[in-house]
Amino acid sequence: MNAKTNARRRITLTILRHNPQDANSKPRLQRYALEEAEGMTLFIALNEIREHQDASLQFDFVCRAGICGSCAMMVNGRPRLACRTLTRDLPAETTLAPLPFFALIGDLSVDTGKWMRGMSERLETWLHAREREADLSRIEERMSPDLAEAIYALDRCVECGCCVAACGTAQMRQDFVGAVGFGKIARFRLDPRDRRDDAAFYELIGDDSGVFGCMSLLACHDVCPKSLPLETQIAFLRRKMAFLSAA
Amino acid sequence: MKTLVTDALIIGGGLAGLRAAIGIRRRGHEVLVLSLVPPKRSHSAAAQGGMQASLANVRKGEGDTEDVHFEDTVRGSDWGADQIVARMFVQTAPKAVRELAAWGTPWSRVRGGDREVIINGQPQSINERMEAEGLIAQRDFGGTKKWRTCYVSDGTGHAMLFTVSDQAIALGVRVWERSEALCLIHDGERCHGAIVRDLVSGELTACLARATAIATGGAGRLYRVTTNAVICEGMGHALALETGVAALGNMEAVQFHPTGIFPAGILVTEGCRGDGGLLRDAEGHRFMPDYEPEKRELASRDVVSRRMEEHIRKGQGVASRFGPHLWLDITLLGRPHIERNLREVKEICESFLGIDPAEHWIPVRPAQHYTMGGVRTNHTGESPFLKGLFAAGEAACWDLHGFNRLGGNSVAETVVAGMIVGEFIADFCARPENDIPAPLPLAREFLRREEENLCALLRRPGSENAFRLIAEMQETMTQFVGIFREAEGLEQGVTQLQRLLQRSEAIGISAKTWGSNPELVAAYRVRRMLKLALTIAYGAYQRTESRGAHFREDFPQRNDRDWLKRTLAFWPDDAAATLPHLAYEPLDVKTMELPPGWRGYGARDFIPHPETGARQFQVDALRAKMRDRDRFAVQAALMPYAEYLPATLRGKNERLDEPLENPA
Repeated sequence: MNAKTNARRRITLTILRHNPQDANSKPRLQRYALEEAEGMTLFIALNEIREHQDASLQFDFVCRAGICGSCAMMVNGRPRLACRTLTRDLPAETTLAPLPFFALIGDLSVDTGKWMRGMSERLETWLHAREREADLSRIEERMSPDLAEAIYALDRCVECGCCVAACGTAQMRQDFVGAVGFGKIARFRLDPRDRRDDAAFYELIGDDSGVFGCMSLLACHDVCPKSLPLETQIAFLRRKMAFLSAA
Repeated sequence: MKTLVTDALIIGGGLAGLRAAIGIRRRGHEVLVLSLVPPKRSHSAAAQGGMQASLANVRKGEGDTEDVHFEDTVRGSDWGADQIVARMFVQTAPKAVRELAAWGTPWSRVRGGDREVIINGQPQSINERMEAEGLIAQRDFGGTKKWRTCYVSDGTGHAMLFTVSDQAIALGVRVWERSEALCLIHDGERCHGAIVRDLVSGELTACLARATAIATGGAGRLYRVTTNAVICEGMGHALALETGVAALGNMEAVQFHPTGIFPAGILVTEGCRGDGGLLRDAEGHRFMPDYEPEKRELASRDVVSRRMEEHIRKGQGVASRFGPHLWLDITLLGRPHIERNLREVKEICESFLGIDPAEHWIPVRPAQHYTMGGVRTNHTGESPFLKGLFAAGEAACWDLHGFNRLGGNSVAETVVAGMIVGEFIADFCARPENDIPAPLPLAREFLRREEENLCALLRRPGSENAFRLIAEMQETMTQFVGIFREAEGLEQGVTQLQRLLQRSEAIGISAKTWGSNPELVAAYRVRRMLKLALTIAYGAYQRTESRGAHFREDFPQRNDRDWLKRTLAFWPDDAAATLPHLAYEPLDVKTMELPPGWRGYGARDFIPHPETGARQFQVDALRAKMRDRDRFAVQAALMPYAEYLPATLRGKNERLDEPLENPA
């Protein structure tokens, strides 16, 4: 039942290439043809191209297991994690491009790290503890199992950048914090260990670069590789923040 | 020359590096973290199962203490671990979990009352104590006597890494992303920092520091099939090795996991077999009972991996374009069980194989999983050979794991070592005798050398391809230095690696870009990877015994008489060298709290150390004499360790059954 010996398909990856480090580089599309293999992902395909056809091709992979969020790119116009994209789910002709919005490093590699750190600093995406120092010898503070699960459900974000790349507002406003930012605020807002109240969160996202900039197009929700409930969270935050701005 | 001076330079932005950086920063020192990738993308994020800490919160963890965790860890290491370090670790692990809880990690929590679990394939009911409701939950893991592994669903590493990384951002810890240390700046006695390459612009910087720490994780990519991320190429190990002064410890100790999905090597959990899954060969035959009639698929990790490779060697593997593999069959467990209890496995199978594991067998093959060996350090995390050089986490041979790491102890080690070694680095930076002038001429010399190497690589018309050499190295390591080892194969492996190292001098590069250039990166890394591979292969060749994950078919017994010692590998300061220099550091049976014996699983026969009997007698007599004293007094009499720990970490750990009398 597991024998698979069908003839291999030839696939073509057309890749948007550009090296901003090189003054002579002009953005261009380059085609690479290769033979598909059983279980081939874009991780395997791109490495095969780099090792056998074009050593200069730039792209980012780290965990190659859908965990780290490094390899988001535009696959036939849609942002997704390349490592868990099987070529057999793609047409024979596929176009790959770097994520828009983020600074281009080269070819399919973009600088999500720098942007995410900036977002974290701006939204203070760390726990603002109620006590200065916990006594680490003591039994930990209790939390209900359901609440821990609910926080983890929002904590699963891998900061891949798909939501920002798909965002209509982000295409117009470079300072928009994006669904990734709202997800973080929602996560810390839910966490009783964080001392910040809604007024404090309003200071962070209560304007057009924050939650009032969202046009509710919600592509973020559709493309999130972790299926985070971004639609609900953004709507909820906007309602909470709108109450505060009216007050 | 672009120069930067800081107090502490941390190479590696995963859990160990970031936690150390936080401790150092909180003590008022300046710290710079170098990371190949944005820190939240580090391989720490891939840890799924959890971290061990003896909280004794759950019913099946009742009675757990540091003592039980200590014994599990030492037995797991096949007595290769440094027992003082193991004690420091088990004492600090509960504090590390609780610190993360205070920083926001959403640990899964205990639900009081009855719950259904599967143990040995049989459904069973457990009644959790109501007084434990809301405390950190713990699950079962291999090689442990108690349910001790704290977890965040099945994304523990991710949640821990984001917590720690966000704390580092809160403290303003500086991180250079996409930066790689090319070499350490040192004068043969003291480490002064590193020459750092910006992986985007190609610019070199001399980073000078009082203390330099290597926290770069493992070296799984020396092998063709590994569960490790693509950045786990052992470049931190290589930095230390190439000084010619610092030593790497126990590099031959490499752990393999039985069920990496094939060919990608992504892990599927041991739980598949724990729940009743079977291993099958090309004929669909269930082969494990032929080899291991007692434990079958559920023998220990090293045993199952060995049997699988043996079966493949006999030609029973399933042929594929990427080489042979075997099948993991969980279809017999039924869809409801898989969708409820093996959800992650199901998602991995769907995403990466495009199969539904409730209907199709999963292609698997043992995959390299963990590097026990690393930069040899003393208990403070500092190299005993090169002052000012520290190491923590998987990159270090501290030496917590000896020859086999226990599941759940890796991610625990990252944060525990980060806490402990971070304190010792802060102490080091605070000592006036370490206020030394920045050695700029030395830094210039190292920077010039790296620059010349890179220029030569880009300029020369070489005949060898870096990617091909890496592939050949991975093939050699997998073929000869894998799960099964014996003299002839190891000899062949060593010879092939030496030849590859020589061939690597003729690497040519087609893309001549100074900045972002994956081929150039491969070209300079492959030589370092080959040196590491040689420390593993040559160390394995010399070690004529079997211990933990190091298995010699020609010497299948553990031999404490001749081999109760740690391998130290040094790289000779000679451009023509193709072999490390090996030395050995004996472990002292006379001071062990737990003298060598049977692990409680695996082979029963071993060649004892001549001093084991006397030490065991001493330990037994002391325990008998002190049977009225509490466990802390007995432990302190057997092997005192408290003074090795930073003072802030010495306090007793509170448990439901062990309330603290006096608040710390």
